[in-house]
Amino acid sequence: MSTTTVTVTTAAAAQPRPWLTTAIIWALLLTVPVWLPMLGGYTALAGRVLVLGLAAMSFNLLLGFTGVMSFGHAAYFGLGAYGAGLTLKYLTPSTPLAILAGVLLGGVAGTLFGPLIVRRRGVYFAMVTVAFGQIAFYVAYSWDSLTGGYDGLRGFSRAPLNLGFTTVDIVNNATTFYYFLLVVFGVATGLQALLLASPFGRTLVAIRENERRARFLGIPIERHIWMSFSISCAFTALAGALYALLNNFADPMGLHYSLSGEIVIMTVMGGMRAFWGPLVGAALFVVLQDYISSMTVNWMSFVGLIFVLVVLFFPRGLLGMLQKGTGK
Amino acid sequence: MTMLDVRNITKQFGSLVAVSNVSMQVAAGELRAIIGPNGAGKTTFFNMISGFFAPTKGDIVFDGAVVTKVPVTERVTMGMARTFQITEIFPELTVRENIRIGVESAQGLRQRFWLGSGHRAAVKRGIDEALTLSGLTSQADRLVGELSHGDQRAAEIATALTLKPRLLLLDEPTAGMGEHETYAVANLIRRLHKQSAYTIVLIEHDMRVVFNLADKITVLGEGKMLAEGTPTEIADNPIVQEAYLGKAE
Repeated sequence: MSTTTVTVTTAAAAQPRPWLTTAIIWALLLTVPVWLPMLGGYTALAGRVLVLGLAAMSFNLLLGFTGVMSFGHAAYFGLGAYGAGLTLKYLTPSTPLAILAGVLLGGVAGTLFGPLIVRRRGVYFAMVTVAFGQIAFYVAYSWDSLTGGYDGLRGFSRAPLNLGFTTVDIVNNATTFYYFLLVVFGVATGLQALLLASPFGRTLVAIRENERRARFLGIPIERHIWMSFSISCAFTALAGALYALLNNFADPMGLHYSLSGEIVIMTVMGGMRAFWGPLVGAALFVVLQDYISSMTVNWMSFVGLIFVLVVLFFPRGLLGMLQKGTGK
Repeated sequence: MTMLDVRNITKQFGSLVAVSNVSMQVAAGELRAIIGPNGAGKTTFFNMISGFFAPTKGDIVFDGAVVTKVPVTERVTMGMARTFQITEIFPELTVRENIRIGVESAQGLRQRFWLGSGHRAAVKRGIDEALTLSGLTSQADRLVGELSHGDQRAAEIATALTLKPRLLLLDEPTAGMGEHETYAVANLIRRLHKQSAYTIVLIEHDMRVVFNLADKITVLGEGKMLAEGTPTEIADNPIVQEAYLGKAE
């Protein structure tokens, strides 16, 4: 993962020692099956963190690194999940093809939808993204015969991974499946880091920092926001496809705006200016959800309270705050 | 050779006529200053030249091409760059990163996801060049938002210079600056003009800067052109003295 470390350093020049954060995060992720059970957790929980963390990091390409707020990213997450689920159920029992189908479905939807919104800014952009998300939700909800409607899409299962020389059992072995998720997560976040360290990635930060200056440097703002949106949607759809594999299930709530809101919460809580911030936010969110929901059905109130506290006292998010603290 | 030919442009905002029938020709290599009291329409005039908005009437010809309705990003590609009255930069990035974004855009690399070593070397050369030209080499790795007002302005000019513009538009480059900073920025502009032969049009309030730097001066008042000429001609012009210089003293 040396490329990830190097490129993140460039992408986040303002952050002190981001390579250290990257090293710590990878050390923790690689050893999850060792330490998580000791803390009373289970490996599927870590899988959820990876998947939702990837969704939030993908969303953050748009919010944190392009400066554009989408409130409908669940649409692409859900499309990714349905794309993978429908492929496994009706087309072919191949895990890689299911993932590919999910990414294509969500990515193409985002790419087609993008030109309609790139001229909008701020709250208008957010509102139109919500509207499109809800359209996707109601389609999945109403199209009973294909999607299973309200009950969700069942009756499919991730297939063992055929690598040619050997077959990896990601179906029954939870630890193996976790490492499968981790490999996909690593490739995806590595690509994101490369993207942010590229000239194109820098134009996105330029748009975030000062749209007028960016335009007067010859950067076509609308086209680059569109590209950023499409890429962000495709990665979010990848997370959605992995989510369907994790649960062997896809349901309309994966498209619902409440999930869009949760992705925003994870991102802001973890720190939207830090590359790994959304992953930290997702970890906190999933753990809180798991522990508090075993005690009360009103777990979201507690998450909301913690979200408000984080925003008030650590406006840079948890990771932003930690990096600032250790960097001095 | 005429680099910029502004032909009878007018800008109307509703019933307000901000600029009325103004023409101006700027030769290649010339440094032109636009002066005039507040509300004379200088910035509106500038915004039409740089493509911020189109004139209601009239035409703008840049290096032989009519650009009256050409969008900003295309004018930039054609070789026009500008700075703003209130510095427009990327405050949370370092000076080097600010300049890098300009260099990569100017070299047509802005949509690249990867740079080969040849491009990387060319980008580095471009950055070093702009840093040297603007005198910001020692500040290169500081965040622009943390720099002094004068250095922020120098960084903005350096970023605009990365575009290798054939026409550089500077909107009040010394606005809000103290004695020392004004001197430094004026010196930078002089270097760009004398040594690097840039064609520059600037709006400026500081008369010492204007009369020291400009080859020719255009005077605007209430949206109309009052006078045009060399600094000596302008200083001796009774209309200008009455309308502008007289009031300032």
